[in-house]
Amino acid sequence: MTDLSKFKQETSEWLEANCPASMRKPQSRNEGVFGGKKFTFPSDDAKLWFDLMVEKGWTAPQWAKEYGGAGLSSDEAKILNREMERLGCRKPLIGHGLWMLGPALLEYGTEEQKREHLPKIARGEIRWCQGYSEPGSGSDLASLRCKAEDQGDHYLLNGQKSWTSDGDKADWIFCLVRTNDEGPKQEGITFLLFDMETPGITVRPVPLITGESHFCDTFLDNVKVPKDQVVGEVGKGWSVAKALLVHERTMMADIEKNMPKPKYSVDDYAKNYLSMDKNGRLQDGLIRDRLAQHMMRDEAIKLTQKRAFEEGMAGDFDMRVATIFKYIGTEEKTNKDTLITDILGMAGAGWDKENFSADEQTKTHEWMSNKALTIAGGSSEVQLNVISKRALGLPEV
Amino acid sequence: MPLALNEEQRMLRDTARDFLQNDAPVNLMRQLRDDANEKGYSEELWHKMIEMGWPAVAIPEQFGGLGFGFIGAGAILQEAGKTLANSPFFNTVALGAAAIIHGGNEDQQQSLLPKIAAGELTLALAHEESNHHQSHGIQCQAFIDGKQLTINGNKKFIAEGANADLLIVSLRTAPPSSNNDGITLALIDPSTEGIKINKVNMIDSRNYAHIDFSNVTVSTENIIGERHNSQTLLDKTLDHGRICLAAEMLGGAQAMLDKTVEYLKDREQFGRKIGAFQALQHRAANMFAELEIAKSAVIHALSAIDDNQDLAVVASSAKTLANDCYRLITDEAVQMHGGIGLTDEMDIGFYLKRCRVSIQSLGDSGFHKNRFATLNEF
Repeated sequence: MTDLSKFKQETSEWLEANCPASMRKPQSRNEGVFGGKKFTFPSDDAKLWFDLMVEKGWTAPQWAKEYGGAGLSSDEAKILNREMERLGCRKPLIGHGLWMLGPALLEYGTEEQKREHLPKIARGEIRWCQGYSEPGSGSDLASLRCKAEDQGDHYLLNGQKSWTSDGDKADWIFCLVRTNDEGPKQEGITFLLFDMETPGITVRPVPLITGESHFCDTFLDNVKVPKDQVVGEVGKGWSVAKALLVHERTMMADIEKNMPKPKYSVDDYAKNYLSMDKNGRLQDGLIRDRLAQHMMRDEAIKLTQKRAFEEGMAGDFDMRVATIFKYIGTEEKTNKDTLITDILGMAGAGWDKENFSADEQTKTHEWMSNKALTIAGGSSEVQLNVISKRALGLPEV
Repeated sequence: MPLALNEEQRMLRDTARDFLQNDAPVNLMRQLRDDANEKGYSEELWHKMIEMGWPAVAIPEQFGGLGFGFIGAGAILQEAGKTLANSPFFNTVALGAAAIIHGGNEDQQQSLLPKIAAGELTLALAHEESNHHQSHGIQCQAFIDGKQLTINGNKKFIAEGANADLLIVSLRTAPPSSNNDGITLALIDPSTEGIKINKVNMIDSRNYAHIDFSNVTVSTENIIGERHNSQTLLDKTLDHGRICLAAEMLGGAQAMLDKTVEYLKDREQFGRKIGAFQALQHRAANMFAELEIAKSAVIHALSAIDDNQDLAVVASSAKTLANDCYRLITDEAVQMHGGIGLTDEMDIGFYLKRCRVSIQSLGDSGFHKNRFATLNEF
């Protein structure tokens, strides 16, 4: 038996033996485990599963052991991932630390920063939020103005950050600030880490159209941040931010994979909610056409991700293709959400909890909340700019 | 099922690319059109393809083939689509050989497949009977009496119909019943008495024909596959054709995207390159994305052929995505080139026309979405 097939067998046996039955059922919207000081686990099983996986280092399987991971090779991590998918195991831990800051620290962080922060991320001790956007800097992120003044041993921060996701629940923030006003706007940006408990920080949740407030406005008023909390070089934060954005976009293009597996497929909804004619076809010909089109495209997008991977392994991958995933993946996802709510009809437009099933509420909620997918992490229009320039080589506007 | 080409397949693709770009540029197609060439392809080009062994790529090795599979054939067709290079390759291999590989008896396979592999035999599938692709509802009739088939009926828009050495004809030989679908496929020599071939000129300047059968008699030995019950074989054959045609279409779409992007970088209006206008950039970027996902659907379907998987769903997806992206890209190519895109001097019109015929061939997107929905029971 090869090492990998042995690993596969052991992994599969361990997961079978240790993953609680309730952690192998599809997860609802509020059951994600984000960790952090303020976090309460949705169930005892979620806590148990989390603890076991942390102990194995399998919350961040590819990170080195000294950083809280398991030091798995990428082949081993793939096997673990596939076995978890096969058995329907939930992700024991999710969030910005694991998906975004972690990979960026591995690339740009000092050894001290890695040893300080990565284990706390992997063990779910610290929950991170992202301080990127500002009221005047959305798609044009590099125009950000949040000011960091050099005070010798520390920076003094003043400004405002928008769309800090779960800013009220996070313990630490990774934040882009301006350390220099001169020269091109991309230069003079610095990538900082700091504790959300630092004096001078005010966090205010912003109610959204869903009725929830996952995003916050974060006000920084004379906030002191020690200089050793800079990631990468001073004034070179844009490179770190861009690397991190790639992780964010990959994560968002892969959003379905990182989300709980839905109970029903789109065609299940059509079959359950709509009438069929005597030949067993949906009576609504337009929905039938849209549904076929969506299913074909959805599959083709997933196949493109697989193709990119396989072509990469074969050394035959056209790197330009990587630029399309965030755009096309999130566009198709929001198309799917709209299609499902259209299929649900009035049941896809309900607000109260009494007259609509939990699933109907979820679908209605997703239709609203997923509108953020084509906006956050670089809007579809920004992605199209990226494709135009990097994949097609079209000139600057 | 692999989605990436292996090393041998990549070599085949790269060789095909170099060869076709050099020996079969769009100008060759233009020349054939200007000369109103009877065949719609260059004999010389076809002979070079035979010398390179292309007709053999998808034929199993035990029949003199090279065993590259349909991924190999698809790679060649994609490259051919880029320069609109026409030849008997598609109809002979993707439709003809597919029917014989999956439906032929041992004698037929032994006698026909090596000839196809050697480039000694070209085939066409005489199936359509109307302006729209249909896989069911064949009306061209044949009566089987002892060892003889007698055929009466009309076939329309048969690609390579006036060129091919042999026709594979779809026939209604019995009313559909619970045991049999009533469909029979037969190999018929187009020079048989009672066959009238009327050449039809289509906008893509390739070879098409309406074929009338009037009391045409052939031996029952010419039947391929099960007598009175070959709808499944026919569908499978058509799916091979749909998938391979989709591959050719991707090549055309790629060529048009590349040409359009090149033009956007070159043409100036309002004092700047028109490619600097975001209104055009975003549309071009979208074309790129659409083409890439269509490629994945097509290579997945080609791979499904080679892995002997069920083809219906993947073929309908591949053809729909290829139809839609080829149309998007050729329409946008014309629009972004402006008036010059409508001149005969530019090649764009050739792609636009080939696209239109390709979309209608073997099922437009409406046909395939309907089929996909039915297969998925909605």
